[in-house]
Amino acid sequence: MIEVVNLTKRYGDKKAVNNISFKAEDGEILGFLGPNGAGKSTTMNILTGYISCTDGKALIDGIDILEDPVKAKKQIGYLPEIPPLYVDMTVKEYLSFIYDLKKCKLPKISHLKDICQLVKIEHVYNRMIKNLSKGYRQRVGLAQALVGNPKTLILDEPTVGLDPNQIIEIRTLIKKLGKNHTVILSSHILSEVQAVCDKIVVINDGKIVANDTEENLSMKLTGENKLSAKIEGESEKVLRMIKGIKGVISAECISEHKGVGTYNIEAGEKTDIRKELFTRIASHGWYLLELKTSELSLEDIFLRLTMGEDIDLTDNDDEEEAED
Amino acid sequence: MGAIFRRELRSYFTSPIGYIFLAAFYAYAGIMFSNSSLESGYTKLDSVFGSLLIIIVVLIPILTMRTISEEKRSKTDQCLLTAPVGLGAIVVGKFLAAFVIYLCAAAITGVFAVVVSAYGSPDWNVVVGNMVALALVGGAYISIGILCSSFTENQVVAAVSSFIALLLVSFLSTISNILPFEWLKAACNRISFGERYYSFTYGVFDFSNVVFFVSAVAVFLFLTVRVLEKRRWA
Repeated sequence: MIEVVNLTKRYGDKKAVNNISFKAEDGEILGFLGPNGAGKSTTMNILTGYISCTDGKALIDGIDILEDPVKAKKQIGYLPEIPPLYVDMTVKEYLSFIYDLKKCKLPKISHLKDICQLVKIEHVYNRMIKNLSKGYRQRVGLAQALVGNPKTLILDEPTVGLDPNQIIEIRTLIKKLGKNHTVILSSHILSEVQAVCDKIVVINDGKIVANDTEENLSMKLTGENKLSAKIEGESEKVLRMIKGIKGVISAECISEHKGVGTYNIEAGEKTDIRKELFTRIASHGWYLLELKTSELSLEDIFLRLTMGEDIDLTDNDDEEEAED
Repeated sequence: MGAIFRRELRSYFTSPIGYIFLAAFYAYAGIMFSNSSLESGYTKLDSVFGSLLIIIVVLIPILTMRTISEEKRSKTDQCLLTAPVGLGAIVVGKFLAAFVIYLCAAAITGVFAVVVSAYGSPDWNVVVGNMVALALVGGAYISIGILCSSFTENQVVAAVSSFIALLLVSFLSTISNILPFEWLKAACNRISFGERYYSFTYGVFDFSNVVFFVSAVAVFLFLTVRVLEKRRWA
């Protein structure tokens, strides 16, 4: 379990982290989300005892990282932003150095072998780290964090520099690890957090702006019934028809191309106008080419939270594509 | 500590630094030995030991320049500082590795003594005393070098600053001659590392000098730990 209480870190006049508190329970994957420079890495560096905090405290399994650093650090596996690799060593030498450094008690050879299998680096086991590609270095960094089976894993942007296949592999791995570890994962890639995490903490400018599960976050921020439709037919007539449907609050045509118009429709709360819309379009002899509800994606939530409330999110048509 | 010591020791020989250090030291010591002892038929080794001070002032910065600065530059210090080891163990591990390399270099004087003993009888007490002194002054210089390395992320800056620092503490007594006050001169002579080392080569084994060097090692390593600690708080 990781608990952060009123943590503040000051660099001169600038507060990099400003009075934040959150908690990650055992067996939970917590996503730490924020734009660049929000204070994600600073928080992680404080949690792992690399730097100290100005105020507040960080507890790892109830142990204050500043009061009993050696005991607290034993519980942590840390993958920093830049994997801390000694490039003049082979993977084997490096991992066995980490093993000795962490004073592990597990059987050395089989333990290191298990980890290598887990992150799929067996075939580069005897190669020099300086000759490895970025993706492999990242995996060796992850392997390093796993040495000694720490209860808590803190991963700072673990999928940076990996190819799409590897990203999926690492995400699956993190999910698997999350079953018996406490994992804190930072990222500015929203889909990643959405795919992996149980709980999301959104941080901006050193402050927590949201702290909840993903579903709750979406629910809190939507609460509207918005549709987006592509209809083939004369736009003025279509628009008049849509506005005629009972329950529609507003409708607008945002673009028209070769007789196909894209419409944004907002209906009253808890009214489903989709069936009605479909039959009316059919009875007019028009065609419904696309119909989707525009729920707030994490992307939108993120923008709302980090840039202020008054941006119109529904204009974002290609949000589905942007996620992948 | 053991893990850091072994890794450091190994890294001296996976990079050219360890080899350069040993080769340069052996070459210089060998020339000095043949000049001042073999060719002039002089069985005392005091002038050999005396001349070694200048080469360790030049070479120790090369040995210690990367100890901490390189870790900071490549961010591997994150791995050490977030591992369950104390800062003291990290610094001492690094010190011991550099010290072991240095002892390998300094051990060549033992060979010189054996060579000399084939031609005459060296005063073994003095020779052993000198070897101990060489080890002590080297240890103190290494700890100064590591401290200088902890101030910067740049190896060259670390090497140059420790070279200047070592030059200063070695020849403080010479520099102090230009000082206007008698008491200041006396104070400088007292803390001059070179002055204390030379008194060993004259054949005087003064225990206070041993204490001086050992405490210098402790003080500079302690300061290094404080520098690392301070960085965490900054």
